[in-house]
Amino acid sequence: MRTYIAKRLLLIIPTLLGAAALVFFIMRVIPGDVALLIFGGDAGGHIDPKQLAAMRQRLGLDQPLWMQFGTWLWGVLRFDFGTSLWTGRPVMEELLIRLPLSLELALAATAVSVIIAIPFGMLAAIRQDTWVDYLVRVVSIGGLAIPSFWVGILCILMLVIFFGWGPPLEFTPPWVDPWANFQMMIWPVVTVGYRYAAVTTRMTRSTMLEVLREDYIRTAWAKGLRERAVVVRHALKNSMLPVITLVGTEFAFLIGGLVVTETVFTLNGVGRFVVDAVAHRDYPVVQALIFLIAFGFVVVNLLVDLTYAWFDPRIRYR
Amino acid sequence: MATNLEVARATASADLAPRLTVAAAVAKFVRTKPLGAIGGVIILLMLGLAAFAEVLAPYDPYHGDYGLQFARPSAEHWFGTDEFGRDVLSRIMYGARIALFVGFAASLSGCTLGALLGVISAYWGGTVDLLLERLMDILLAFPQLILALAIASILGPAVQNVVVAISIPVIPRVARVIRSTAMSVKENVYVEAVQALGASRPRVILQHIIPNVAAPYIIMVTAQLGAAILAEAALSYLGLGAAEPTPSWGLMLSGSAPSYAEKAPWIALFPGIAISLGVFGFNLFGDSLRDALDPKLRGR
Repeated sequence: MRTYIAKRLLLIIPTLLGAAALVFFIMRVIPGDVALLIFGGDAGGHIDPKQLAAMRQRLGLDQPLWMQFGTWLWGVLRFDFGTSLWTGRPVMEELLIRLPLSLELALAATAVSVIIAIPFGMLAAIRQDTWVDYLVRVVSIGGLAIPSFWVGILCILMLVIFFGWGPPLEFTPPWVDPWANFQMMIWPVVTVGYRYAAVTTRMTRSTMLEVLREDYIRTAWAKGLRERAVVVRHALKNSMLPVITLVGTEFAFLIGGLVVTETVFTLNGVGRFVVDAVAHRDYPVVQALIFLIAFGFVVVNLLVDLTYAWFDPRIRYR
Repeated sequence: MATNLEVARATASADLAPRLTVAAAVAKFVRTKPLGAIGGVIILLMLGLAAFAEVLAPYDPYHGDYGLQFARPSAEHWFGTDEFGRDVLSRIMYGARIALFVGFAASLSGCTLGALLGVISAYWGGTVDLLLERLMDILLAFPQLILALAIASILGPAVQNVVVAISIPVIPRVARVIRSTAMSVKENVYVEAVQALGASRPRVILQHIIPNVAAPYIIMVTAQLGAAILAEAALSYLGLGAAEPTPSWGLMLSGSAPSYAEKAPWIALFPGIAISLGVFGFNLFGDSLRDALDPKLRGR
């Protein structure tokens, strides 16, 4: 196990370096001169060349590209992602303000999805090709088809039309006022959670189907166990392992869901921070956030692989 | 030599299974996969709408009539009008074009590039494989929508830029799958045989490996179609996709639509139904096609 962990840890270093280089390249090189952008871009009319040069120097844009990249990378290692062009405050500070809301949304949505998905996925598998199975499949395929932002819009429409309700603007942490927090978060959580649930249901169903065809399940039936025992004690336990992988694959869904849902509900979270930064062409922020999301994604996937290897020794000896 | 091979091939395929005619294959698909057939019907409807939008649409989708802002759904305007007095139904019909164009263009280009890289990676092996794999690792470090968002933000809002933004994150995902399939195809005796006969690398790849990875490729294309349509809607909603006044479904929902909730809920309602139904059709069809093409699932 120890060599496996070491090997996997070493492998993520080139990936993260490459991801940093890619983000740096697409964010810093392609859009052109950031200093010019700050002064209003091409539409800015006459720009004082002296001021422009001073701004270039302040942003370090007069240095060679590899040095700019080195400076940025050194900053990343010290959790210093520079300052936002829009607000002038450190990116890290802005991020930490928004993190609690997104974390709460993510965790609550995950919980909601697991509570819905595992029983329904299981039920569809053990009643394969009956109306129950068809219903669960249609609802989950439908869940994947309905865009999150539209679900969010529908929630708002419903609340506004029937209850004359507008979303509260200020985020109240759950430990300050649980009720206010609940009122604010319930609809976004439903919006992110239903889609997440659709993915998890499908995954649970298909892994469960695979497990139900294993020899040991046939043995369990043959020795006369009741359905409940076969399904819960033998099948469910063994099909939960592949569902762990979901945490990794769904992290991507979750981030996408946060970006869109926080925008719909005008919640001041990390997802909306990304969208706002893109809209304001705030390159240091976009660069930092996209890299941090990639970092999180890689780490989550690594943890998933390690858990998998922990539970299934066949993987680590391969 | 060639004739012998052809004869051998013909008899071999004749022995394996009777070739279905297109009609028979379709009939079998409809009978065994009713859900997939429903998806197929939705796709055909959408294609019809897109192809004949000029004939079918009752109004010009770009033409606003300020006397008719926020008109309720009625006999003249089935789905009502938006804040510029444009007919929502006509805009949805023309929007099918954007959705289908982005869906097909992005999934075909992303899957084709990914499949080519996957085959090259598997067949060449060695350093080429190692480098390509690391590159794919790097691309895979980004969630799909986030990478598309970053690319779209740099390219600027336009339909063709959305295609690029959506197709790039598809590449590594397809390359992974096709690479592993091509690895096992490569080990087959017939590949070894043509190599022994002195076939060049491009020839082996084009004639012997690519036809044998076609099934997973088709599965990936159909799976990505719905996802690409959804991604286009999301990017347009966020203001990074098609720009006004393009009748893109996602764009129709963005900006002002939710703020007119009380006054004109239909503006936000119908485009959403269009997106959901379209993506639902592609997902249903793709799902059943996967079941039909995957030998492991066949006959279950």
